[in-house]
Amino acid sequence: MTFTVDERGDSVAIVRGTGRLNMVTGPELRDVVSRVVASGRNRVVADLSQIELMDSSGLGALIGCLKTARENGGDLRIAGVRDELLMVLRLSTVDRILKPYDDPETAFDA
Amino acid sequence: MPDARPHSGRTAGSRLLWVRIVALLTVALGINYVAWRWWASINWTNWWIAVPLVLAETYSLIDVGLFSLTAWRSGTRRNPPPAPPGLTVDVFIATYNEELDLVMATAEAAKRIRYPHETWILDDGARPELAARAEAAQVGYLTRGPEWEGRPRHAKAGNINNALMQTSGEFVLILDADMVPRPEILDRTLGYFDDDRVALVQTPQIFSNVATGDPLGSQAPLFYGPIQEGKDGWNAAFFCGSNAVLRREALMHLGLIGYVRQTEQDVARRLRQATLIVRRTLARTRPGPGRTMLTAALSALREASGALANGEPAAEVTYTLRERVNEAARTVVSADVAAMRGDLIALGLDQEDDGADLDELVERLAQRDLSPLNAMEAVRVTLDAIDVGRTEEAQPLLPLATISVTEDMATSMRLHANGWKSVFHNELLADGLAPEDLGTMLTQRLRWAQGTMQVFLRENPLFVRGMNLAQRLMYFSTMWSYLSGFATVVYLAAPVFFLCFGVLPVRSYAPTFFLHFIPFLAASQLLFLIAARGLPTWRGQQYNLALFPLWIEACLSAAGNVFFRLPLNFAVTPKSRVHSDGLQLSRIRWQIVAAAVLVVAVVVGIIRDEQMHNEIAGSIVNFAWIGYSLISLSVLAGAARYRGYVPEEQRIE
Repeated sequence: MTFTVDERGDSVAIVRGTGRLNMVTGPELRDVVSRVVASGRNRVVADLSQIELMDSSGLGALIGCLKTARENGGDLRIAGVRDELLMVLRLSTVDRILKPYDDPETAFDA
Repeated sequence: MPDARPHSGRTAGSRLLWVRIVALLTVALGINYVAWRWWASINWTNWWIAVPLVLAETYSLIDVGLFSLTAWRSGTRRNPPPAPPGLTVDVFIATYNEELDLVMATAEAAKRIRYPHETWILDDGARPELAARAEAAQVGYLTRGPEWEGRPRHAKAGNINNALMQTSGEFVLILDADMVPRPEILDRTLGYFDDDRVALVQTPQIFSNVATGDPLGSQAPLFYGPIQEGKDGWNAAFFCGSNAVLRREALMHLGLIGYVRQTEQDVARRLRQATLIVRRTLARTRPGPGRTMLTAALSALREASGALANGEPAAEVTYTLRERVNEAARTVVSADVAAMRGDLIALGLDQEDDGADLDELVERLAQRDLSPLNAMEAVRVTLDAIDVGRTEEAQPLLPLATISVTEDMATSMRLHANGWKSVFHNELLADGLAPEDLGTMLTQRLRWAQGTMQVFLRENPLFVRGMNLAQRLMYFSTMWSYLSGFATVVYLAAPVFFLCFGVLPVRSYAPTFFLHFIPFLAASQLLFLIAARGLPTWRGQQYNLALFPLWIEACLSAAGNVFFRLPLNFAVTPKSRVHSDGLQLSRIRWQIVAAAVLVVAVVVGIIRDEQMHNEIAGSIVNFAWIGYSLISLSVLAGAARYRGYVPEEQRIE
């Protein structure tokens, strides 16, 4: 899977992927987010609306991205999460850390 | 060879029936004996030895009870289900300081494993020479990245966790550098994962460099046989660190759950600490911009605590808090920043602080009387510590448990507690190399015992949520057995006091004593005999007694580590022999002292019996027991003289 990056404003980037976020694609996501953060955009939205399946490695990758963003003074937010994936978030208790936003475009608007 | 037998069935049969009958009998007779000891035969005049003795006997009864429970379901699995094609597997060879030839021999063997896989050398020693040899052999080579600098490395668990983040196979075969895998190892184990709740398949660790008679007691036929099979019967087979296949999803699941739990705890605790610090600082701050900022920070902290208690996601809570505090800080007039900076550097709180030990930092801050300006900077540092990035760790997710130097047992316990299943597949699928001298062997045993006791004290299986009673008892059983050193001291001391000074811990006529004791002793020996199925267990029994000072040392150092954060003086077991001259007698000095005292006690006992015309029956139990103890201790004489394994063909030359 390849991830695409959309830049918004000065510091926000939306990262999108399709299909499965798992043990194979998770590390790719981590690499993409690390590069985005290193380039100065430390507020990252992971747009999961096209992600159909996610395993623990995929969730682990999201946590890894959160760590990267936080350590660089920014944040990682997840948005557009499908119902099936919301279930995965709940079962893994990761919903106690990450809040799913509806729209990737407005995730940093609050 | 085609095999018509059903897959993964377990032999029950008549042997298991006998095991159960004898187990019930043993426990019944044991309760009969120990109850009689407590109610009717403690010699209270000599309570100082009588009570420890009956306690030691109670300890042993519980030990036998736990062994009975293990043996109760100790059947052998038959043929494993065939390995389905198309699975992705990573083979990890974990190394730290082992000889390169040894590592490469294992790596070459790993390449020859038949089922398609990728082989990786996990070099915690980061040796360039090994990297070159790995490349030449076309196997993967992984080391720790820069993110580990200045952060806890977590030994072997950290090494494997690091590799898990850089690889992507669905399954992971973990091998120590001294465990040479056979080509069929994956074909024989992957089939069990058809059951998608199975997280672990452990195979035995058997050593090929062991001399006849196993002078160092390297083989553990009872553990990697009836005991693990018995645990397996209760779905509680342990992970033993090597020769095991694990499901990545299960490990990552553990990592996630652990991360969430730890992060929630950390955030809540640091919010409390920060609130305390801000409140204290506020009390000493005169009205002005500083006070305004602190007031704003305090209200932000209170709101954050409230939000967290209301179940708001921790990432949101901490982000909002940071934004609000930054906002407040911007309103503060800048003061003598340079001076402040100097103070902070003196305190060790400058920007460069990598946050490696935040708890300690916060502790220091909370105790210090700081000037208001510096206090405000202290507040900032404290607030920065409230985060979800697990800054103190190199990796946010730690799939393999890091609470113990035996990460394997701790990890499998967490797997079981989270509803995963394990399998013990009893087939020789890797040939190991055992330590070849007494000192190395002792270090290794000490490490296992320490690690087990760390888990016992940190995550006691009796109280961990999610396991059933039998699973709890299977873990508890192994931990309980490591307490035997204390009981052994009592068992060795009691006959000495009796023979030398006539101190009687038991108040009974000899026939009554024998009537209670002999049936229990006979039944438990019979149980052991049937459960062991003719495996050579005598060496293990000898060492179990002979290493009593080591077991005690392990318990004490683990307690010191868990309760007082003292180091374990943990050493990696050297895999190649350290050529040391001399007999390393200093490491078995307590056993030498014990043996000498026992011999003196026998001599004194005989003389006393002669002089006082004592009834011999009272002494005979003591002489017999001392004889058994001396024979057990004598195993160390052979071990200290042992000079390593010499293969057959070399001996002929």
